[in-house]
Amino acid sequence: MEISFQTVMSQLMLGLNNGAFYAVLSLGLAVIFGLLNIINFAHGALYMLGAFVALSGYAEWGTLMGMPDFHLNYWAALVVAPLVVGLLGMLIEKTMLSRLYKVDHLYGLLLTFGVALILQGVFTNYYNVAGTPYEGKPEILNGAVNLGFMMFPTYRLWSIAVALVVCFSTWLVIERTKLGSWLRAGTENPRLVQAFGINVPLMITLTYGYGVAIAALAGVVAAPIYSVSPVMGAEMIITVFAVVVIGGMGSIMGSILTGLMLGMVEGLTKVIYPPASSTVIFIMMVVVLLVKPSGLFGREQ
Amino acid sequence: MKWCIRATACAAILGMAASAGAAGKGISDGVVKIGVLTDMSGVYSAIGGKGTLVAVEMAVADFGGKVLGKPIEVISADHQNKADIASTKAREWFDTGKVDMVTGLLNSACALAVQKVGADKKRITMNTGAGSTDLTNKDCTPYGIHYAYDNYALGNVAGSEVVNHGGKSWFFITADYAFGHSLEKNTTSFVNKLGGKVVGSVRHPLSTSDFSSYLLQAQASGAKVIGLANAGGDFTNAVKQAGEFGIVQKGQTVVGMLVFDTDVKSLGLKTAQGMQFASGFYWDRDKATREWSQRFFKKHKAMPTMDQAGAYSATMNYLKAIKAAGTDDPDAVMAKLKSTNISDFFAVNGKIRADGRMVHDMYLMEVKKPSESKADWDILRIVKTVPGDKAFMPLSESTCSQVKK
Repeated sequence: MEISFQTVMSQLMLGLNNGAFYAVLSLGLAVIFGLLNIINFAHGALYMLGAFVALSGYAEWGTLMGMPDFHLNYWAALVVAPLVVGLLGMLIEKTMLSRLYKVDHLYGLLLTFGVALILQGVFTNYYNVAGTPYEGKPEILNGAVNLGFMMFPTYRLWSIAVALVVCFSTWLVIERTKLGSWLRAGTENPRLVQAFGINVPLMITLTYGYGVAIAALAGVVAAPIYSVSPVMGAEMIITVFAVVVIGGMGSIMGSILTGLMLGMVEGLTKVIYPPASSTVIFIMMVVVLLVKPSGLFGREQ
Repeated sequence: MKWCIRATACAAILGMAASAGAAGKGISDGVVKIGVLTDMSGVYSAIGGKGTLVAVEMAVADFGGKVLGKPIEVISADHQNKADIASTKAREWFDTGKVDMVTGLLNSACALAVQKVGADKKRITMNTGAGSTDLTNKDCTPYGIHYAYDNYALGNVAGSEVVNHGGKSWFFITADYAFGHSLEKNTTSFVNKLGGKVVGSVRHPLSTSDFSSYLLQAQASGAKVIGLANAGGDFTNAVKQAGEFGIVQKGQTVVGMLVFDTDVKSLGLKTAQGMQFASGFYWDRDKATREWSQRFFKKHKAMPTMDQAGAYSATMNYLKAIKAAGTDDPDAVMAKLKSTNISDFFAVNGKIRADGRMVHDMYLMEVKKPSESKADWDILRIVKTVPGDKAFMPLSESTCSQVKK
């Protein structure tokens, strides 16, 4: 088949859109891994939870509270969902994860995987996996923008913008501010940092809360594009882990750039050879691991 | 003491002989076991899943829980849409699980695998969920029944309708496995037959969340009709995203080749209104379908799909055939099934042919406008009824080796 400039550009644009979601999710994973040393398998489930807060907030909370006219609107969901999920995350960190910091990574992985399965199971039981449409997309984000080579849905542009803002502000805070330097120091040498009067356990709890809160935010942003379903996180998380591995475990800029890049690689594959689109990321992972085991942006240990 | 042992041994031998004699006719292993093997957790689980199990259990309860004085049991498993898991499970059920019949089998790859295992082990498979026409053509077996619908009927009833109304050029977005390929092939043959043309197609992996790339390729092709040869979650995602890119507003028609009530529900009437597709069942067709579906709804909290209603009907007719044959011997039951007309709330003018195809009336459905819907599940209307012998592939065209020509 012939591939025009227009096709390539539009696929790159769509790839950037998917890549933006990969970037936000892998960023959260990288922050949590970098600072807590936890491989957070619950990340996909918490992303799904964010989407469900938006969905049920819009469709069900009114009825539950006896006010049928109440709908949690999209803008409110952008704040409420990360808060709810962030608090839940902090609860998980305080009651479960905090007991595992001294033992092998594997325990954290298994625990969070268990949490993910439980969350997914509960939602599957209640909502079924078919996926439910989210009706709360605001009017102002309907329609499409003419980019010259294609009509691109406004909402997708908005979702790319949100993702980029979240990614780069998080990177700025961690790499360029005092708070960030405490965070980084706290993971290197918690006792020394504590001696300076900084509450390290609290800082760690807040970090985990933040990491999962941005996953939930991504969930809300994803809700109008993809169907909201209990397995949406499970489908995404495998790819996102591949992104983290390719970018280099724990490297924040690495996850952001790799996420965006892999989204576009995947987009191009969909035009050139569609059947490979679901595996191209893993092929890249294998290649990167063979050539540079610490990942593209990872530091050698 | 010695006498006592000898007497016990004699009694034991006599007892064994007696039960061996009974196994010749009657019910083997003292139980009729039905296995529901379907997608319980994946992209198709709303179409089949627990609902299929509920329907089969209803059939067993309605039958009275016993056949020829022996209990009927139902077991179920999740094949996860993986053919290897499906055939391993079926083999285990047939070898050690005393399972006599497997139904459900949503997903063509799984259905083809299990039907083959069934043939090797001489056990009946009554497939209500999968669409591939290979099941009753090149891969047909003496023990396989294809119950609810197939891709030929879908392409025939819905595809032809679209072409006759001016949809002459098509582009397919196809699920990349046995079912999608077969649906695309069948529909293509009808499009060509009626003077239409297929200008291109693109294949996506099962369970895809982002269809935008494929939709843009379909848009760029300039085809009048975008045919979605996929199902379940894949279908609903593709339709929603087609709306996002304004594909319908720009004059292309999106046609789902296999659509279930649960998909329409998931899309919402606002998005799905006016869509036409073929189906073998609709809960609101007549008094009998409504009565049964309301009972099903009470148990499952959703109206039945064609797969689920079909699984009830298949199970019921299987049990009736055992009763009529006086045995659960697969050959005798198959002979009975193929020689009896099937008529219940599910199937109108139903008959199982030599190739295993259960032929019955099919319907062209249309999704109602939100303003026309009076109740929660009041979502479809029957536009046209196509008699079974017009809807399904004629036996003369079947390439099944079971068909004597």
